[in-house]
Amino acid sequence: MNITEKILAKASGKKAVHPGEIVDANVDMVMVHDLTGPLAVEAFKKIGTPKVWDNKKVVVILDHQVPAESVKAAELHKTMRQFAKDQNLTFYEVGRGGICHQVMPEKGHVSPGNVVVGADSHTCTYGAFGAFATGIGSTEAAAVMATGKIWFKVPPTIKIEVKGKFQKYVTPKDLILNIIGTLSVDGAIYRAAEFTGPTVKAMSIAGRMTMCNMAVEMGAKNGIIAPDETTEEFLAGRIPKMPDLKALQSDPDAEYERTVEFDVAKLEPQVACPSSVDNVKPVSEVGNVPVEQAFIGSCTNGRLEDLRVAAQVMKGKKVKDGVRALVIPASQEVWKQADQEGLMQIFTDAGAIVCGSACGPCLGGHIGLLAAGESCVSTSNRNFIGRMGSTQANVYLASPATVAASAIAGRIISPWEVKA
Amino acid sequence: MESKIKAKAIVFGNNIDTDVILPGKYLILVDPYDLAKHALEGLDTQFVEKAKPGVILVGGKNFGCGSSREQAPLALKYSGVRCVIAESFARIFFRNAINIGLPVIECKGISSAVKTGDELAVDFEAGKIENLSNGKKFQVEKLPPFIMQILADGGLIENLRRRINKK
Repeated sequence: MNITEKILAKASGKKAVHPGEIVDANVDMVMVHDLTGPLAVEAFKKIGTPKVWDNKKVVVILDHQVPAESVKAAELHKTMRQFAKDQNLTFYEVGRGGICHQVMPEKGHVSPGNVVVGADSHTCTYGAFGAFATGIGSTEAAAVMATGKIWFKVPPTIKIEVKGKFQKYVTPKDLILNIIGTLSVDGAIYRAAEFTGPTVKAMSIAGRMTMCNMAVEMGAKNGIIAPDETTEEFLAGRIPKMPDLKALQSDPDAEYERTVEFDVAKLEPQVACPSSVDNVKPVSEVGNVPVEQAFIGSCTNGRLEDLRVAAQVMKGKKVKDGVRALVIPASQEVWKQADQEGLMQIFTDAGAIVCGSACGPCLGGHIGLLAAGESCVSTSNRNFIGRMGSTQANVYLASPATVAASAIAGRIISPWEVKA
Repeated sequence: MESKIKAKAIVFGNNIDTDVILPGKYLILVDPYDLAKHALEGLDTQFVEKAKPGVILVGGKNFGCGSSREQAPLALKYSGVRCVIAESFARIFFRNAINIGLPVIECKGISSAVKTGDELAVDFEAGKIENLSNGKKFQVEKLPPFIMQILADGGLIENLRRRINKK
């Protein structure tokens, strides 16, 4: 079996499972946030079970409309605060957590081999830790809170094998954009995407999270990476007990629907142009695209490593007139570390605004929205029509290095073009 | 859920994402009828008027891709959409639709066999779809019985309540 199959087999009490089989899996952790949680609370109350199945396995995080930008959002937050209190759940208040997908692993709510579901499509991020993690809706989250179980159709797995060493300023974001551009937005629909090969093995946790985070953008049920010493190093001191990682490796004779190979040695920085995540080009082929906004942050690229590379590009330079640059660290922990390293100073000196940890403009709900006719180059994960505000605005997705370089130039450029 | 429905079709293309079905700025709304006022606003500002009499949505590949927002299928359901038929669905949307009692059918070849305005007849039990305007017929693979039961009960919550009460 491959890792995904091993985790689903164990979670459903079976010796083996096969693609296409429907299993009833035990859930290790369920997460809801301020925009999906309220509907889940309403649904949970309708089920009529007074208490959640296990209060240690339900996490509530406020991160989307944060801090509340409207009375309506404040009411949603109040609902979630009250529910977390009544049910005695782990709750991350505004200013104590950050973006759910950063907070979950950071605070030790994800262990290798776990089945984690979250009422957010980017829950697949935790595959970076060798967990089976996938997004669900609010009603289903309520059902999991009541029963601790969920059904899954065991997915066929696509093996994505990556070799080669990244060139300077080329990052896992460029790789995953290149993969999505190659496989298309429905290239992994209903499937597991297992990332492997020497490049993935050498990748940091932050990079692995970026890769797994965007697995859903090619339709995948989950993205997953075999846990190893890098995983262990990150999780040590965060999770109560390290599981046996040897049991969480794909067998040599594991079955895959297909294997796709990538070599990053010659990969250029990549950009996903409007309005589809698979409309990917090397930045040299994007042409002259002026931008009004540059956004560095989100569950895809708001980690310390991302902020470091952005700061490296921006240091001693100024954001171009006519451009507003937004930097949003993915969590309070990232915020503090970035501050200690002096990164906030670099961004502020460059003329960027640094906001509190939250989802920010990524989903067009709150902070940094776009007007008609404007373009934003962003480190986030989606460039759909209307995603970041006006339906007449354009979103280009790129790496933190490319976004930082473009903020300085006032148009989309390669970080290779920025002079030291 | 009714076992057979007949309604006019509205056809959309491939990769209809949840941001065009229901833009993020409306996620703070809780009443499904308020959500429904903005259904598919990202693609067609007249959609809500067109859907009012009760319609069947026909989509291409990867319908409902993107966010896990259940508000997307909710907005469709309460705007008058009685069923969504597509070449394929994004998995979260597919589950969400079933869980809120909005029937979804995967049907290869449907998007090229239907034009907006065609009258469709769907028989869920038999897995049959017929385009009454051009006579084209489709037999689809039926959903597993436990999923059909969720739809028959009107959604996952009602289904779960029934199962819990049985115990």
